[in-house]
Amino acid sequence: MAEETDLNELKRGTDLVKRGFAQMQKGGVIMDVVTREQARIAEDAGAVAVMALEAVPADIRKRGGVARMPDPTNVTEIIDEVSIPVMGKARIGHHTEAQILEALGVDMIDESEVLTPADDEYHIDKREFTSPFVCGARNLGEALRRIDEGAAMIRTKGEAGTGDVNQAVQHQRTIKGSIRELVGKNFEEREKWAREHEAPADLVHETAEMGRLPVVNFAAGGIATPADAALMMHHGCDGIFVGSGIFGAENPEKMGEAIVEAVNNWDDPERLAEIAADVGRGMKGQSNSDMADEEKLQGRGV
Amino acid sequence: MLTAGVVAVQGDVSEHARAVERAADAHGEDAELVEIRHSGLVSDCDVLLMPGGESTTISRLLRQEGIDEEIRAHVAAGKPVLATCAGLIVAARDAKDERVHNLDVLDVTVDRNAFGRQKDSFEAPLDVDGLSDPFPAVFIRAPLIDEVGDDVSVLARWDDTPVAVKQGPVVATSFHPELTEDVRLHRLAFFEQAAASR
Repeated sequence: MAEETDLNELKRGTDLVKRGFAQMQKGGVIMDVVTREQARIAEDAGAVAVMALEAVPADIRKRGGVARMPDPTNVTEIIDEVSIPVMGKARIGHHTEAQILEALGVDMIDESEVLTPADDEYHIDKREFTSPFVCGARNLGEALRRIDEGAAMIRTKGEAGTGDVNQAVQHQRTIKGSIRELVGKNFEEREKWAREHEAPADLVHETAEMGRLPVVNFAAGGIATPADAALMMHHGCDGIFVGSGIFGAENPEKMGEAIVEAVNNWDDPERLAEIAADVGRGMKGQSNSDMADEEKLQGRGV
Repeated sequence: MLTAGVVAVQGDVSEHARAVERAADAHGEDAELVEIRHSGLVSDCDVLLMPGGESTTISRLLRQEGIDEEIRAHVAAGKPVLATCAGLIVAARDAKDERVHNLDVLDVTVDRNAFGRQKDSFEAPLDVDGLSDPFPAVFIRAPLIDEVGDDVSVLARWDDTPVAVKQGPVVATSFHPELTEDVRLHRLAFFEQAAASR
């Protein structure tokens, strides 16, 4: 039998452990939930994790005012309700909200532009935390700045709460396009690209050598139907966040299950046709092209 | 040529694919990879990998897609399987949780998330039976192996608790060998033990 292993050599909160958690979410659907009842529905529908927040993005838009981290009592109830990981949203730059979420036992923290930013200049220094973070990005430079600050997962920003997938598609295409561009460049061209895009040079080289982001890359923002989720997988995303699209739909149970199955069958149109049938109406939504720039959330925290 | 099926309904699929390729390479073999997201593919595979991920999601999709019965048949035919973390939970006889549909191809019971939440996740060197140097083990919201059947041998323990086991063609770990560069457990599961049966 193997000998007793030395417990003193145990290390928590390393990049390997944080990024590893994100890798376990791949191919999965992470669903926004506000209450424990919604968390129960999400887990039963096959979500890999739930994201706790104060209100779904569509309601935050409607309501206006300052959007903050969820109530700790609510977070604890959601943690008690489900066996899957529970993530929570903190405001951009709000170190203390993130610390509170970590203390509550949240498994991953989303430093999110959907909430009102607490700091216009700085993001949270995520390297200090034991918990992994996910951050939004619209382009590769933004993604690499967040990874440099310690993010273990990147998601597209999209335009949250609209039910319009247009911006998530654009952000994913932009990130993938820049990676393809970098792969074709030599050392000095990559250095120049890093300077021009305010991206850390070491991460630019690493991304170019890997031909992909060095961390897991999910889609988020405006995904409202099984077809939207499958489209983002087609664009090379590792998995999907769904915000208002589940609980803004006519039948959240059916919509949740259908989106989970659509992600597994994203490249099989015949199966998608079956999956997308009879799920009820999706959220009403709001087209991105009808919105004024100042209504958009994606410009927060670049 | 080794045909390696990676159960790919959800989880860290590409990490296992790379690990089995490297393990095959170390034995001078080529691995042909098959991503298993629907039924009808398992029977072509010499070996199967069951990745880490979310056990409730994985077991639900395996049943929906009809892959669950195919994995049982694969094990019944004596073909090798390496199952890690969520893979172990799904492979087990009983995860003591109605949200998981157990395959029951490994005679152990498990407690999900027994090591705690993500902030309690850790990496540490681990002594494993049959390996000369400690293995860099990464535990992520890891399950704990509780009851171990008579035909199951324990390959490694953490703090007296079994974290790596073997029963016939099935090797399973609470931790994630696929997250490291170390492919000794993939070699053990597919080449060293399987050499006799193949």
